[in-house]
Amino acid sequence: MASTPLLEFKNVNTYYGDLHVLKDVNYTIGEGEIVSLLGGNACGKSTTMKTIMGVVRAATGTVTYQGQEINGLATSERVRRGIAPVLEARRLFARMSVFENLEMGAYTQPRGAQFDDDIARVYELFPRVKERRNQQAGTLSGGEQQMVAIGRALMARPKLICMDEPSMGLSPLFVELVFDTIQTINRQGVSIFMVEQNANMALSIAHRGYVLQSGAVVLSGTAAELRSNEMIKQAYLGEMEAPVA
Amino acid sequence: MTAGDLFLQQAINGLSLGAMYSLLALGFTLVYGIMELINFAHFNVFMVGSMIAMLVLQAFGLSGQQTILTGLPLVGVLLVGFVVSMVGCGLIGVFIERFLLRPLRNVKGPAAMITTIGVSYILFNVVLLTLGTDSKNFPNPLPPIKWEIGGAVLRMREVLIWGIALVLMGGLTYFVTYTKLGKAMRATAQDPEAARMMGVEVDKVVMSAFFLGSALAGASGMIFGLYYNLAKVDIGFAAGLRAFTAAVLGGIGNVPGAMLGGVLIGLIESGSGQVIGAAWTDVVIFGILVLVLVFRPAGLLGRLAPNKS
Repeated sequence: MASTPLLEFKNVNTYYGDLHVLKDVNYTIGEGEIVSLLGGNACGKSTTMKTIMGVVRAATGTVTYQGQEINGLATSERVRRGIAPVLEARRLFARMSVFENLEMGAYTQPRGAQFDDDIARVYELFPRVKERRNQQAGTLSGGEQQMVAIGRALMARPKLICMDEPSMGLSPLFVELVFDTIQTINRQGVSIFMVEQNANMALSIAHRGYVLQSGAVVLSGTAAELRSNEMIKQAYLGEMEAPVA
Repeated sequence: MTAGDLFLQQAINGLSLGAMYSLLALGFTLVYGIMELINFAHFNVFMVGSMIAMLVLQAFGLSGQQTILTGLPLVGVLLVGFVVSMVGCGLIGVFIERFLLRPLRNVKGPAAMITTIGVSYILFNVVLLTLGTDSKNFPNPLPPIKWEIGGAVLRMREVLIWGIALVLMGGLTYFVTYTKLGKAMRATAQDPEAARMMGVEVDKVVMSAFFLGSALAGASGMIFGLYYNLAKVDIGFAAGLRAFTAAVLGGIGNVPGAMLGGVLIGLIESGSGQVIGAAWTDVVIFGILVLVLVFRPAGLLGRLAPNKS
């Protein structure tokens, strides 16, 4: 690749105590890309997300962001530099209002005109979030919560959004909406790194993808290549009749 | 005194005790809400607070009940007393967090809680060895103004105690509701990992909780001195346990709950002292603690959190 990738993992290994989770993993995410990470349960997908956010540290190997090594960088500094999470199961602050949740998303950003612009953008993207802004986040439906979670990530003015299972637990209608929104955000110049069980949907909007098995990358390629791969078809695409909601 | 007057008088006493317990209970609740840690050092941070307040008032040349101040000197002396004891205790809290508890942050099990018990003993013994075990005459510069309401007596010190408690609790409520750091504290209490991934520096939040909680214990210690006219090395245990009971009664981790619990415990203490006898106060209060834990473990305003995995 000619230009510097936005985010790069080089031979990253991580451990939880003695448990070796990520094994010599390499990823690259370019500017403006949607990259999907596929894999079964407990294969290291969430650990990948936590390693990007700096909640889990790479024991060996390097994580590079915008050309700079960020292995030792605190989570707060990563967020400030433009990496924002959409967490698995949304993880909103249930006893805070929707507006306060959005404020928490903007925690590393200065308050002022910029904040007002960003809030207006989120409300434009999700009119429903605007309607619900004074409600406690815990009282919202799963789909509405996912909108707030995505809005909360956008409030950090991200260059890269890391999404952990954005479609999990949502009705088909909301899954559609979430994936449409991801594409909209991406067209506005935000790169997306997405862990997703719903491989069909994920590969339909992603540019490229990686397949993780037992903590190691076993396959990577463009979304089209992955969709036509026999192993992927059998392991991930064939089973997608599984209940979604 | 008629029964009605007695009731009113005990309500006045109870509210004053309640103001003290509420402020103290807030320290337990702030720290527990964020770290799920019961900070037993809080008992004796409170005691140290009353000692600091006493030393400050003595430094102004006040002793016992002989010196009466009015007007600006009174306000100034009280203000300095509260500020110094609050900042002093706040810094002790920060020290405990930064140097004694932070190294244990990721250690599983009761290590942190046992450390707080150890710190409590250290504070106790430092005061014991430097200031002694005798009961000290806490300076009270308040003029002996009192109002008769029916047969009950309302003294100026009670009005002062209520006023200060209201200002401090109002300030804390404003802080956690509207300020950026206050919101970060609430977010961290609800989901520390998610808060961290919003960019919240969890260390800063934990340290703030210790500072605020301990500062409120300092204020509570000065209130204790003004109310009872005494300071003693062993006051931390009884007051601390009652305040802890108040925090549990209101729902530990819940800020309005601690305030409510404190007032209720104060009223229960004065009420049961009147009706059953002061010797039974501890039995009644800790009986209530047991009943709350059995029948409503989340407390009056708390909610049971789902188990975090």
